[in-house]
Amino acid sequence: MAVEMANNQWIWHVDEQIPTDVEQGRRIITDLLDQLGKQGWAESDVFAVQLAVEEALVNAIKHGNQFDEQKQVHIACGLSESRLWIQITDEGGGFDPADVPDPTDPANLENPSGRGIMLMRSFMSLVEYNESGNRVSMEKCREP
Amino acid sequence: MASHRHLAMTEVGDVAVVRFLDRKILDQANIEELGKELSSLVTQEGRRKLLLNFEDVDFLSSAALGKLIVLDKRVKEHSGTLKLSNIRPEIKEVFVITRLNRVFDIYDDEEDALKSFG
Repeated sequence: MAVEMANNQWIWHVDEQIPTDVEQGRRIITDLLDQLGKQGWAESDVFAVQLAVEEALVNAIKHGNQFDEQKQVHIACGLSESRLWIQITDEGGGFDPADVPDPTDPANLENPSGRGIMLMRSFMSLVEYNESGNRVSMEKCREP
Repeated sequence: MASHRHLAMTEVGDVAVVRFLDRKILDQANIEELGKELSSLVTQEGRRKLLLNFEDVDFLSSAALGKLIVLDKRVKEHSGTLKLSNIRPEIKEVFVITRLNRVFDIYDDEEDALKSFG
């Protein structure tokens, strides 16, 4: 289970409500990646985090909030010496991740979309959705 | 030859070698434009042999993968050949995880890719 720690246990943390605007989310991602760099995280880990968080952010804005500018996205993130935790919540109706077709199934392989969640699960140490599916929590354990 | 905002094309023999001008291919609007530019190489400029060189690309999102799939279909519809090269290891891993390495013809470097066109 993805575990949030108290704020005083993080080297760096963020807790922001942003409008349904990818650029606002990317501002936070950029800050996060800068922090990972400052803490000396491996390039491969930084790539993994950028990929997974980018996919989760786009999913929240595009699929969750349906690009509705009246809706918000909540981003909470904490970075410790060895772990990154991030949670993204949209104001959409949610979904069941189990309903997403396997993009590696030969029947789906040439679909132009549907790979985001799979990439999140592949590149992060842990990915969890809440029951309604409008919140994703992810963890990345730092490569030793 | 049409001008492009997101890619630079050179000709090596009859192969159109394409390099990307965006180091990070993630913005949706840019990806849409990039997709159109790639398609236009085939549909408007009549290119039938395409090599996409990813040496200058540090990052791409799954939406960008989608545009590559669409391009691949477009190339095949026009009886052409599409190959990819110089993909950095982290991005190569994305192709492997998604099994798109089975869809695309991927080479370590441009020279090997060009030789494979025959």
